[in-house]
Amino acid sequence: MTHPTETVSSRTIALRVVVDLNRCQGYAQCCYAAPGAFEVRGHEILFYDPAPPRARRGEIERAVQACPVRAISLQADDGETP
Amino acid sequence: MNAAAADAGIVVVGASLAGLRGAEALRRNGYAGRLTIVGDEPHRPYDRPPLSKHVLSGELAPNATELPELLALDADWRLGHAAVALDRAARTIRLGDGTDLAYERLLIATGAQARPWPDAAGGGLANIFTLRGRDDAARLRTALAETPRRVLIVGAGLIGCEAVSCCRDLGLPVTLVDPNPTPLARSLGTWVGGVIAECLRDAGATFHAGAQVLRFEGDAAGRVVRAHLADGRAVEADLVIVALGATRETGWLSGAGLMADAGGVTCDGACRVLGADGTPCPDIYAAGDVARWPNPFYGGRLMSVEHWGNAVAQAAHAACNMLAPAGAQQVYRHLPAFWSSQFGINIKAVGLTEGADAVAIVQGSRASRRFLAVYGRAGRSIAAVSFDQARWLPAYADAIAAGQAFPPIRDASDQGAFTPMAPGFPPARATSTHIEARHG
Repeated sequence: MTHPTETVSSRTIALRVVVDLNRCQGYAQCCYAAPGAFEVRGHEILFYDPAPPRARRGEIERAVQACPVRAISLQADDGETP
Repeated sequence: MNAAAADAGIVVVGASLAGLRGAEALRRNGYAGRLTIVGDEPHRPYDRPPLSKHVLSGELAPNATELPELLALDADWRLGHAAVALDRAARTIRLGDGTDLAYERLLIATGAQARPWPDAAGGGLANIFTLRGRDDAARLRTALAETPRRVLIVGAGLIGCEAVSCCRDLGLPVTLVDPNPTPLARSLGTWVGGVIAECLRDAGATFHAGAQVLRFEGDAAGRVVRAHLADGRAVEADLVIVALGATRETGWLSGAGLMADAGGVTCDGACRVLGADGTPCPDIYAAGDVARWPNPFYGGRLMSVEHWGNAVAQAAHAACNMLAPAGAQQVYRHLPAFWSSQFGINIKAVGLTEGADAVAIVQGSRASRRFLAVYGRAGRSIAAVSFDQARWLPAYADAIAAGQAFPPIRDASDQGAFTPMAPGFPPARATSTHIEARHG
């Protein structure tokens, strides 16, 4: 499948991350795997960068895999979604 | 069906979370035909929860929350023009730019819009904001960065409280006005809401409980300068955030012969939209905030659920049904859940507290502001809320889904004894726009 041209040109963010915070249980494994992109504030508020720089891709992919409840979704601009 | 309609494929109206996840589910379940996604905003789907938190605080740029697409959609995006009318006979949607879009099957995911402050009571003044979309958040963030002398927030629901929390983090003087005795009174009751009232006080915000704004007054330049309350008081404020909930985006369906009003578009249990005669339309489905359906978890009572998790789950469910034969439609069951973070506390809830006659702490303590509270109704557990005790919540969610006795899980609690309290819900609103009905 190919994207319409409009679609590709409108995408400016290299990585897109979203965490299902209903699912998140605050295990904080993402914070160890990708400390620059995920952070626990207070007792259990997860703060994360939804548009991290491309250079963080490897550590964010590790965070996706490390999450015990599989709450993290990532899209990279080449369309791969681990 | 004519050839043009078959060629038109599936059209998803609404390019937010439900529209995106619905479109993904169509592809994941093997739909290979034409797919068109219509959105009123010029933006690709973005995540809303951070808007009232980290975008207001300035930690995230308003355009940072674009949602990941979890597979290749191969969709035709029609962004920037809202759907303004639906013609079921012609199987077309009229867009705001005047063009008509044909559909074979339709997924309605138009969501909701912030309830505005009426113009007659000063709503047209400058520096009065609502917060729903990314552009709203960007405008509000810019205004907050200009260090207003005092921010007034009208409505102590989730958005209002999150906005207070952000403004205090920014060091801005804040006044919060709500007709109820505590914040979050409608969703959590005043007994739990009282904890947030304490947080407001500790954070240095002013809370006018039991108060109502009548109108806003502006200066010669048309900028808001103060609010007049029903009790005769005035609050000096040069920036106002109106956080009075949302109305469903169904105006474009008026005249389409569907069961739709400001409370949502009514569906059957399988998320098929009902025609005005009560018959499900085989080719029109709805999901997310806009969809009102008989939820089997609540005896088939019609409800709409304006939360993130429902947008994801209902859109995926509706998409599956759209691809299934008429005889294989699956009923959508959903236990509502939401989260919020404010005043440094992670709040998570499952179930519906409506009608609760008791609430009990089952883990932790109210004094520590770290607890899990369960709500009961007629001896059954119906909802639970966690303040910084999220890991307990799934077990209690299971107990609530199973309709266990109140309080549940008596053998795995850190409480010596359960002390049920009155939850303190305000009386129901007198201004309900529709009567909730039962199916079957």
